[in-house]
Amino acid sequence: MSAYLGVMRAIMAREFLRFVHQRERFLAALVRPLVWLVVFAAGFRAALGLSIIPPYQTYITYETYIVPGLCAMVLLFNGMQSSLSLVYDREMGSMRLLLTSPFPRGWLLFCRLLGATLISVLQVYAFLGAAALFGVVLPGWGYVAVLPALIPAGLMLGALGLVLSSFIKQLENFAGVMNFVIFPMFFLSSALYPLWRMAESSRLLHDISAANPFTHAVELIRFAAHLQLNWGAFFWVLVWAAALGVLAIWAYDPGRALMRRKG
Amino acid sequence: MAELEVSGLSYRYGAKRALEEVSFAIPRGTFCALLGPNGAGKSTLVSLLTRLLVAPEGRIVLAGHDLRSAPRRALGALGVVFQQPTLDLSLTVRQNMAYFAALHGLPRKGLAARIDAALARLSMAERAGEKVGALNGGHRRRMELARALLHEPRVLLLDEPTVGLDAAARASIVAQVHDLADEGLSVLWTTHLTDEVRDSDRLLVLHQGRILADGITREVRGAQPLAEWFLAHTEAVA
Repeated sequence: MSAYLGVMRAIMAREFLRFVHQRERFLAALVRPLVWLVVFAAGFRAALGLSIIPPYQTYITYETYIVPGLCAMVLLFNGMQSSLSLVYDREMGSMRLLLTSPFPRGWLLFCRLLGATLISVLQVYAFLGAAALFGVVLPGWGYVAVLPALIPAGLMLGALGLVLSSFIKQLENFAGVMNFVIFPMFFLSSALYPLWRMAESSRLLHDISAANPFTHAVELIRFAAHLQLNWGAFFWVLVWAAALGVLAIWAYDPGRALMRRKG
Repeated sequence: MAELEVSGLSYRYGAKRALEEVSFAIPRGTFCALLGPNGAGKSTLVSLLTRLLVAPEGRIVLAGHDLRSAPRRALGALGVVFQQPTLDLSLTVRQNMAYFAALHGLPRKGLAARIDAALARLSMAERAGEKVGALNGGHRRRMELARALLHEPRVLLLDEPTVGLDAAARASIVAQVHDLADEGLSVLWTTHLTDEVRDSDRLLVLHQGRILADGITREVRGAQPLAEWFLAHTEAVA
């Protein structure tokens, strides 16, 4: 068992070291949601009225509304960043080192996923700290309560990144992921506007957004930040995390066709 | 008893045949050169031996452990140097070695001494604290070789390990790996360069996915220089 934990520690330490060496990645992860919070929200708050919806007990500012969505955005972009670095690892060859370890491939991938998720969570806290400096704060205990929501949400989005990395042949194809995965997931969700507003313009878009796993991640974080557990969102985040995790292990199975084309 | 046994190994990429009924066995302390032109199936064979791919047909046994039924033990007995570098350039030599050690489940206790010994064996001890990105190609290869020996494997697999190295670095790596075989390690060295093969080496010639020749090099080539023999046979069959 200690050998399994040793593998986990090593993979996570490597992820952390890489993260430390990529300061620009940290800055980008911090600046991106801050731009949305400070610039986008300033222009959008006048256009979008918000009614009192759970978990909020009163009227809130638009900035307060989008903070959970931006936390999830950090997780989403980091999940994709992790996917990108997996494709990079495969092109650079270091993926082979990981996959020829005697330990079960599922365990190796899980360790990689967990390491990437914890780094994402650190970045979310950095964002929440910066948001507080701009006057957008959570309830005091919300900073603690949000942690158990960030981890499963981060695992789910990281698992999505793993699955995508098994399908992406080359780094150059990553722009497609931005267009066909990140943007639709982010905009077709409750991150920037409540779903009832979406329903006013299109029932179909509302239904797609309601089914979007990213919406569940956002709502799980939103409720946790206000000291409530959204059981429905929690359930769906766990289901999606498990399903995507199983799919990632299947896609990385050496006997499967997806691996064969990579030689 | 052979340390590496391959029997009836076949593999296809869709309709394209990459390996066909490949069988061979490498005893302990043998330097075996796997010689083949580009596209012969060497990379596919390496991927199968390292379980990056799994063949539907055939059997691979490493140090007595079947790769299919006991992959952990089998891979634990195998050291690999891939053709493409598998190093983290932003980490130091020691950090790269420690990462590999953890991937192979080596205990942390005594690890520093083990890393020092492995590096010293390849005359790399003084490089332990340097970032891998700052090393030249020859030193990176030697570091990968030291790393592949860290878990004391019984079989060492090197996939065209001299690609991109200058003549001196090539000669040095070839000599060092021959020494390892003399010390008892079973070595499978894939290459398409005949000058890396010594007359006393065991020689496997792979061509169009099949084993074309298997024996001691001087016996296989007969009176011809190996380069001529190799060209004559691989071009004649092409």
